[in-house]
Amino acid sequence: MSRDAWLVLADGTAYRGEAFGAEAAGEGEVVFHTGMTGYQEILTDPSYAGQIVCMTYPEIGNTGTNPQDEESSGLHLRGFAVRSHNHFGSNWRSRESLNEYLQRHGIPGISGIDTRSLVRRIRTAGAVNGVLVHGEFDPGELRDRASRIPSMEGRNLVDEVTCPSAYDWTEAGDWDSRPVQHERRYRVVAFDFGIKRNILRELVGAGLDVRVVPARTSASEVLADDPDGIFLSNGPGDPAAVEYAISSVRELLGQRPMFGICLGHQILALALGGRTRKLRFGHHGANQPAFDAAQGRVAIASENHGFAIDPDSLARDPDIEITHTNLNDGTPEGIRHKRLPLFSVQYHPEASPGPHDAAGLFTRFRSMIESFRA
Amino acid sequence: MPRRSDLKRVLLIGAGPIVIGQACEFDYSGTQACKALREEGIDVVLVNSNPATIMTDPEFAQRTYIEPVDADTVERILERERPDALLPTLGGQTALNVALDLHERGALERLGVELIGADVAAIRMAEDRRQFRRAMTEIGLGVPGSFYVTDPEQSDAALAEVGLPAIIRPSFTLGGSGGAIAHTLEEFASQLEWGLHLSPRGEVLVEQSVLGWKEFELEVMRDRVDNVVIVCSIENFDPMGVHTGDSITVAPAQTLTDKEYQRMRDAALAIIRKIGVETGGSNIQFAVQPQTGDLVVIEMNPRVSRSSALASKATGFPIAKIAAKLAVGYTLDEIPNDITRETPASFEPTIDYVVTKIPRFTFEKFPEADTRLGVQMKSVGEAMSIGRTFRESLQKGIRSLEIGRYGFDATGLSDAEIEAKLRVAGGDRLWALGEALRRGRSLDEIHEWTGIDPWFLHHVGEIVAHERTFLADGDLRRAKRNGFSDRRLAELLGVDEDEVRRRRWEQGVRAVFKRVDTCGAEFEAHTPYLYSTYEDECEAAPTLRPKIVILGGGPNRIGQGIEFDYCCVHGVMGLSKDGYETIMVNCNPETVSTDYDTSDRLYFEPLTLEDVLEIVERERPDGVIVQFGGQTPLRLAVPLERAGVRIIGTSPDAIDRAEDRERFAALLSKLDLRQPANGTARSLEEARREADQIGYPVMVRPSYVLGGRAMKIVHDADALDAYMREAVTVSPEHPVLIDRFLADAIEVDVDALCDGETAVIGGVMEHIEEAGIHSGDSACSLPPHSLQRDVLDEIRGATSALALELGVRGLMNVQYAVCDGLVYVIEVNPRASRTVPFVSKAIGVPLAQLAARVMAGKTLQEIGFTREIEPPHVSVKEAVFPFVKFPGVDTLLGPEMKSTGEVMGIDREFARAYAKAQSAAGNVLPVSGTVLVSLRDGDKDSALGLLEKLAGEGFRFLATEGTARFLDRHGLSVERVNKVPEGSPHTVDRILSGGVDLVVNTTQLGDAGAVQDSSTMRRTALERGVPYFTTLAGARAAAAAIAEIRAGAVEAVALQDLY
Repeated sequence: MSRDAWLVLADGTAYRGEAFGAEAAGEGEVVFHTGMTGYQEILTDPSYAGQIVCMTYPEIGNTGTNPQDEESSGLHLRGFAVRSHNHFGSNWRSRESLNEYLQRHGIPGISGIDTRSLVRRIRTAGAVNGVLVHGEFDPGELRDRASRIPSMEGRNLVDEVTCPSAYDWTEAGDWDSRPVQHERRYRVVAFDFGIKRNILRELVGAGLDVRVVPARTSASEVLADDPDGIFLSNGPGDPAAVEYAISSVRELLGQRPMFGICLGHQILALALGGRTRKLRFGHHGANQPAFDAAQGRVAIASENHGFAIDPDSLARDPDIEITHTNLNDGTPEGIRHKRLPLFSVQYHPEASPGPHDAAGLFTRFRSMIESFRA
Repeated sequence: MPRRSDLKRVLLIGAGPIVIGQACEFDYSGTQACKALREEGIDVVLVNSNPATIMTDPEFAQRTYIEPVDADTVERILERERPDALLPTLGGQTALNVALDLHERGALERLGVELIGADVAAIRMAEDRRQFRRAMTEIGLGVPGSFYVTDPEQSDAALAEVGLPAIIRPSFTLGGSGGAIAHTLEEFASQLEWGLHLSPRGEVLVEQSVLGWKEFELEVMRDRVDNVVIVCSIENFDPMGVHTGDSITVAPAQTLTDKEYQRMRDAALAIIRKIGVETGGSNIQFAVQPQTGDLVVIEMNPRVSRSSALASKATGFPIAKIAAKLAVGYTLDEIPNDITRETPASFEPTIDYVVTKIPRFTFEKFPEADTRLGVQMKSVGEAMSIGRTFRESLQKGIRSLEIGRYGFDATGLSDAEIEAKLRVAGGDRLWALGEALRRGRSLDEIHEWTGIDPWFLHHVGEIVAHERTFLADGDLRRAKRNGFSDRRLAELLGVDEDEVRRRRWEQGVRAVFKRVDTCGAEFEAHTPYLYSTYEDECEAAPTLRPKIVILGGGPNRIGQGIEFDYCCVHGVMGLSKDGYETIMVNCNPETVSTDYDTSDRLYFEPLTLEDVLEIVERERPDGVIVQFGGQTPLRLAVPLERAGVRIIGTSPDAIDRAEDRERFAALLSKLDLRQPANGTARSLEEARREADQIGYPVMVRPSYVLGGRAMKIVHDADALDAYMREAVTVSPEHPVLIDRFLADAIEVDVDALCDGETAVIGGVMEHIEEAGIHSGDSACSLPPHSLQRDVLDEIRGATSALALELGVRGLMNVQYAVCDGLVYVIEVNPRASRTVPFVSKAIGVPLAQLAARVMAGKTLQEIGFTREIEPPHVSVKEAVFPFVKFPGVDTLLGPEMKSTGEVMGIDREFARAYAKAQSAAGNVLPVSGTVLVSLRDGDKDSALGLLEKLAGEGFRFLATEGTARFLDRHGLSVERVNKVPEGSPHTVDRILSGGVDLVVNTTQLGDAGAVQDSSTMRRTALERGVPYFTTLAGARAAAAAIAEIRAGAVEAVALQDLY
């Protein structure tokens, strides 16, 4: 028989299920992801640092795990909650079961709980902290533990996930695809706030040589490298708490073409004088409608964020334009500057997991660099 | 961008009769489209020959034509109605083919009618394999190797291209008709020839086999500004090689990583853009090589399909409705999502449950049919189930099928039989699979035999392993969470189902209900579209309003199809009018009844006692209606009532009085009504004695099966002996029923409404074919076309007397036989019958709506239906058969029902209405040429008038020996032709050489030799598309119809001009 596991929320809601993954305790903000595929990418996405992720799709682990679908070298989330954990994975690329994978990376999982009720709880009450443990516990005690977890607001989690030192990234494409050859390649510096590998692959695929630098790299260090462009990555936590990055970016505004994704987008908005705010429960899924006003079209977008920029805070600057909007709740999801060569999006054009509808944004960044250099 | 203001009137083509491969799903899609267009203030002109559809209810369109769905008829309607546009993508392949024909003959251009939803170039590129293949190559996608053959001489070249095994696909046929897999050269040659014949274009695609590859489908929607969304992914449990309509399918896809899924999604987007479907939905099928992940595109349907209906029900995203809105100019982001209300349709649904569809087969109706599954669809219906895990979903799906299985019951098969069943897919492979796993066969071994992905096999293995665990731990909650039915658990424990339920309820192990919301609970759902599971939180939130539950009909099958769904939907409409909250329970994804906006609340659940009781316990309705959904809910009436549920309408006791043979006899004798002499036999000796007493011919059938199963007419004691020995096992527990067979009697069907005090006739229908043909397979006419007034009055009187005596509240159907001027009661069904939609369309009164209101307490007086309506026009119903899908099966009709659907013809007099019905059923009557006649002796004299009439119309005769002599004797010129056993050139050769335009062939039913001798002739006529009649009555009606057609073209009539 399998062991018990508990997931207890700060509001006292307690779920008792079956343990899988590593026998460890996880504490963090409980969020739900509505993607039906892509659990391995989610597990390895550094943006989930400090969070316990609940998958809304019930059967998880079906395709096992493989070395190609990792978005970083490790797992950064604190726990994984599913309705039905599949220890038997079936896929031609699978090398290890989900269970073994979580064990190897020290992440606890809970299975067999009413995940839909958990999602409805988060949807109505907003993001909530929780504790995930294996074994026999007193739920009251766990609730107390959960209520002591600090709020995501004001938390800088970038320091936990950024690279210790700069490195170059050269790989492009999927495991079996050959990237397009570009006649002229450009060099970009990518701030690593918790960067996903597929962003790096897409940048390289767009003909950009990438140097990944730690989040605390200063503007002058970046410029000393004389890159053709600057990229601001995704990452975890509250963007407003990453003050050093905001000020580096502010210094770099207009110096080189700049492209930001997710946390990078929020940091760019903060550097432009905007504000960010915490969403009630955020957007975490692969089916979000991101409307591009200029084209009058919708991109089905992969999203993963608990904070958003406050559009009113940017309204004062006539040069800043909201380019994309989430049609579900009207939150702004893309900005550009009318005079400076910069743009950013809240969603994930690199997908992984999720649709490739917005992959063209990497080419757009390259074009921006081309015209800047011309 | 708002909708186009230039579209004021749109013609919508329906799919016609229900056939294998094209079923109720097109009523669902067409009805949604009608509603969506009406919401926009657009006038809808509708053409569909199928009267059992909701879409052909006169209030769903401004102009409703129940007319043959062919280019000639639609062109005439276009001329008269002059719509701005034609929307052909919601009526299946039939509608698409008619639209192409209309384009090719220049009618659309001539009349200035725009094709919306898909243009001709897009349809052609999607359907013409050459163009499709070229298009796919241009966008870098793989397709299986293929070769087009239009002449058998090209077969060597084709083989060289694709090798064996090869897939044979005739172009432009329904549901893959004629499709086959050739493993040997001989198979290849014969299948190729058959396919060339079947294809309306005389063309066959020979394709490289990708047998055993994993099969997936994506449902894609695109709008005119090029927004594209994937509504749903579907993975086939059965790999490539089994038609997707015959496969168990699961949504969403289970065994793809995100990377692989996104490649498929990218491919789907590229395909819909390349093909150029500008607005609307498409279905794209892919195959994936399981060891390498290689992806090939199998096909694309540039229209709403069966899978779209499934995807709509599986996700809550109404594909047909949205497709209609997109066709008139909206973009996806302008259309709200009905379920969340706040979010737009420009998103991709995400689901937090697992959906399983399992096909239902009816091979028992066609004992000679090849039961192996392949590229041609053979199933007649399907059940869909929703569970929170695959195991729960699969097990709910099994019990939704209503085939007497409630889980992975043990089979008595030997190991060798199991292996054989696994290697060659048939309708019951799933249970062989369970048994193999139970016996410890390895996943690898079974995977090798079946090609089924190990992930699915693993879960089936877990289910059968859990049976053992359950016997050890008795943990009911754990078992219910894995989807086990009470019934299966009862079998395992050796107790009855009630006992399991009692224990379960005692322990508080109760179902909870979750909502289907398109979004994985990210947003609030405003539509109560529910399914059960065993978890913590229940989202049913029942109201305190007065409410009534209507139980649906479950999966379609022969004998219980769309007609009953029609009644259920009308039941909902009627009760809504009287202010009731309506609650629908059903598990058939093809239907209108399972559309989330048909009833106030929808439970997508199996129709078993257990599942219905959980709903009733949660909802506490004021009543439950069992009389609309056919046998399925009716069978639940007594157990539900015993469990304390209030069944409204006719009492279960009255139903029993009509069904129990002895009580029925007493009822008739009390009312002084006549029934054919009959008896019950519990042994062979008793059967002989009874039959002698009654007098031959007799109709024999086992008492314990319904719907004409194993029913037979026997003419003498030898035939009776043979039947008793071979067809049934007679015993005191399973007696055989013997009735006098009324040869040459005319059958009459009556539908009536009764409120307990007053009975009103809905319609009296005279069958065209004589007694002995199942009423569902017989054509009929309303009003009767030959019966005398006094006979009809006697029938009306008897009907009223029966309704009042039984205390019917709601609908009742009575079948009579009129023989030598005497009226016999054959059977009484105090419930909605198959003919209710036909009668409702014929008289312009929605009988089922009225019936529901009566059941809930209104009187007929109160709802204003107190007198029989005798319409001034004539309506003819004709049955449609699936024979073409079952090579080798005899097309002869008999007491066992074989039709899958029906069509209706309406006109001012009988012959014209009959002509329309024939044409709608695909029997295009000739106006000149040669009639092949072969009659049984007993028919010859009475056929003379018919033959003289045909001669008078200028037809020539070709006849087998006895018939030729007869014709000759009566001065009709005739050419004699050999019967098949007499050697070439024989009847079949003449049909094959194209020298026959009509076949009239009657055979002594019960004379196996004669039936056998003539079977290839009938079969060949069917396969060559030559209209054939196997009863004199049918042939007579046809002759009258031919005379009318010769006298002048038959005009289309709109329902709105009739009532």
